[in-house]
Amino acid sequence: MNPSPGTGTKCQILFTVNGEARKVLAHPMERLLDVLRNDLALKGTKEGCGEGECGSCSVLLDGMLVNSCLVPVVQATGASIVTIEGMSAQALMIPLQEAFLECGGTQCGICTPGMILAAVHLLEKTPEPAPADIREGLAGNLCRCTGYQQIFEAVAMAARRMVRK
Amino acid sequence: MVTAKDIPGKNCISLILDDQPCLAAETVNHPEEPILLLAHADCRMLRKAVDAVSIEYEPLPPVHTMEESERQSTIIWGTDNAFKSYLVEKGDVEAVWKDAAHIVEGEYFTGAQEQLYIENNGVIAAFDPEDGVTVWGSLQCPYYVHKALMALCGLPEDKIRVVQMETGGAFGGKEEYPSMIAGHAALLSIKSQRPVKIVYDRMEDMVATTKRHPSRTRHRTAVSKDGQILGGEIEFTIDGGAYATLSSVVLSRGTIHAGGPYYWPSVRIRAKAVATNTPPHGAFRGFGAPQSLFAMERHMDHIAQVAGISPVEVRRRNFLKPGQTTTTEQTIREDIDLDHLLGRALELSDYAAKKARFAEENRSGMRKKGMGIAAFLHGAGFTGSGERYLNSLVGVEAGADGGVRVLVSSAEFGQGTNTVLCQIAAEALALPYEGVMIARPDTTVVPNSGPTVASRTAMIVGTLVQSAAQGIKQTLMKTGLLGDNYTPEQFRASCGQFIRTHGALKSYARYEAPGDVYWDDEKYRGEAYAAFAWAVYVAEVSVDLTTYAVTVDDFVALQEVGKVLHPVLAEGQITGGVAQAIGFALYEKVVWQNGRMINNQMTNYIMPTSADLPPIRVFFEQLGNVHGAHGAKGIGELPMDGPAPAIVNGVEDAIGVRFRSIPLLPEDVFEALQPEPPRQQGPSSTRGTT
Repeated sequence: MNPSPGTGTKCQILFTVNGEARKVLAHPMERLLDVLRNDLALKGTKEGCGEGECGSCSVLLDGMLVNSCLVPVVQATGASIVTIEGMSAQALMIPLQEAFLECGGTQCGICTPGMILAAVHLLEKTPEPAPADIREGLAGNLCRCTGYQQIFEAVAMAARRMVRK
Repeated sequence: MVTAKDIPGKNCISLILDDQPCLAAETVNHPEEPILLLAHADCRMLRKAVDAVSIEYEPLPPVHTMEESERQSTIIWGTDNAFKSYLVEKGDVEAVWKDAAHIVEGEYFTGAQEQLYIENNGVIAAFDPEDGVTVWGSLQCPYYVHKALMALCGLPEDKIRVVQMETGGAFGGKEEYPSMIAGHAALLSIKSQRPVKIVYDRMEDMVATTKRHPSRTRHRTAVSKDGQILGGEIEFTIDGGAYATLSSVVLSRGTIHAGGPYYWPSVRIRAKAVATNTPPHGAFRGFGAPQSLFAMERHMDHIAQVAGISPVEVRRRNFLKPGQTTTTEQTIREDIDLDHLLGRALELSDYAAKKARFAEENRSGMRKKGMGIAAFLHGAGFTGSGERYLNSLVGVEAGADGGVRVLVSSAEFGQGTNTVLCQIAAEALALPYEGVMIARPDTTVVPNSGPTVASRTAMIVGTLVQSAAQGIKQTLMKTGLLGDNYTPEQFRASCGQFIRTHGALKSYARYEAPGDVYWDDEKYRGEAYAAFAWAVYVAEVSVDLTTYAVTVDDFVALQEVGKVLHPVLAEGQITGGVAQAIGFALYEKVVWQNGRMINNQMTNYIMPTSADLPPIRVFFEQLGNVHGAHGAKGIGELPMDGPAPAIVNGVEDAIGVRFRSIPLLPEDVFEALQPEPPRQQGPSSTRGTT
């Protein structure tokens, strides 16, 4: 079923997306996910379940890892949001991409944007994660293809390479 | 707004039997059957539109279980509720019972399973009076959709174009269903004269699309006093849902795999796919084999107990050997040594030491541990005569700049198809991998190389890619433009020269059945598959007697799949398949109510997360050489077959309860461990007898 029409009038919402100040006109209860994809054409954020179970729609909201399908856009007022598109500016991105490729951390790719965001979020807090940290840090992101193991390996490999630098 | 009356062609989703309507005209046969299509420029308005629709139903008696369907007191499909049945007969089964030291019986069940690709089904269709219908979608088999749309829209071949877009997982779930959703989008587009997009949300996708067929398998086996199988009867039944769709083919694979990797001097297998008033069940990785192999491998442990030998020994004594025949009387010509595979898997899992230690430690404490084994096989490619009918065609083309493009309808949805087929072409042309690209599967660009299913892509399509690529090389050599031992630069130059003279450089290869392959569709006898992949898996499990949860602590997956073409991708196929199969065994339960899945959310249909899975240790052994792309055999479905029985065998080892049904949830374990009255799991009362 499609998203329900927003109730009440649309309001103007200001926030920062990937470092840029953005202004959108939206119903306050519209999902941040829909505003990112439809109004801002940031299609890298994916919808998997629409109820906060799968983590495909993960974004960073003021540095917190959130499921954008569960965030009413009004709640993002004034916030700084980072989506997968904004990740290319991150120092961690190149080692993570390389490690995902080398380890087979991506199969179909639909969970990858969320996995990358979760991995960046983890590695920023915990630059030298133990296997259990990786397992827990990614536990909110579902992958149906890999069985996760190759994703864990990729995150561990990227962390090692970053620490060495 | 579109109803059945608006359909320009035939109101069906054309597949095998064409019995499933695209839109119900008079009767609905399951709760999710489409009747009316609504579209609006603002999709948010559709909720209001749906609320304004009311449909009056005149109820008819429903059939919701295989048993009700078999009873035939209500006929919902054909004359007997049976989509298809097979009978396999090898040797004289009647003669074996009298010589049997033991007759071992058992009945086993597997539940429905949702593919749960993370990207739901979705398509865009656009109609143009000149060009006809174009569909872009998340799908596995562009030519299945193409065929279905020709019939539905009443348009010729060249007025239907199907393009596979990046596909966020499929696992069989985008084999046949995309024809339905593409049909709906096409009809709306034809009527509205505008492009139409349909993307299911998760609840719609889970409730309406295909799932793995639920199954019931009954075994009755004559066994010698030392645990050798003398012969037996296997009855394999699957629930096909409301329409025939692919059930006959799923049943076929399940039937052929029902005897496992064992030698049966005689056997009779009766298999049937029956109709129920649920959405049609369909393709899902393994395609019938995980169901019948679950039964076989649970039954082997049962046979071991009755014969008083170990689960290891019962398998050793019954393994198929080169020169012996399978249940369909296919002679094993591969140089396979299952004894060796088993020995190696036991060693890698430290089976014997752990089993002994757990037996000791299980005397106390609330956490009981066990070890379980499963040995199995998976046939690569279409069953029997299937590849011959498919008659696949593959192209390879080179451009004036020497760039090579592979033209296949095989779709990438995470398995590594694009990588592996480009690897094969690059190798055949002695070019670097980067010199080869793959065309997007678009029916106006690529030939029909068959569907992306049945673990056939690397082995069957890969072989055709190899010979089409060689065709390019031979053409250039024959015309004298290219010598032996050329460099990539020389190759590029020669392509340029050839194209300046001849216009284009393309080479095609068509499937040719090996001459000596015998298959009898009537008697279900002969060479079922060109090659089998073989495996022995070992699961180390714990059962927590406080929570009744079963966890898998370690998992060894050892397989013989011929030549591994890409070790990282191949390992990913195994770990991903094992993870899905752990879900099949322990977590993923479809709850049915009146033919409808009622837990159609990721919140209450539970797939494994990163916190639920053990280390999955993957090992490959190559024992022989098969004909095919560099000796590769199918790999994608194999890992779906073994984990469930290995895990449930491990649970029995840990707590001594003979579970015969999956998924095995904590409540099932709890119920089975209640002291009084002793209850059996599952609806049946059949017990193993001696």
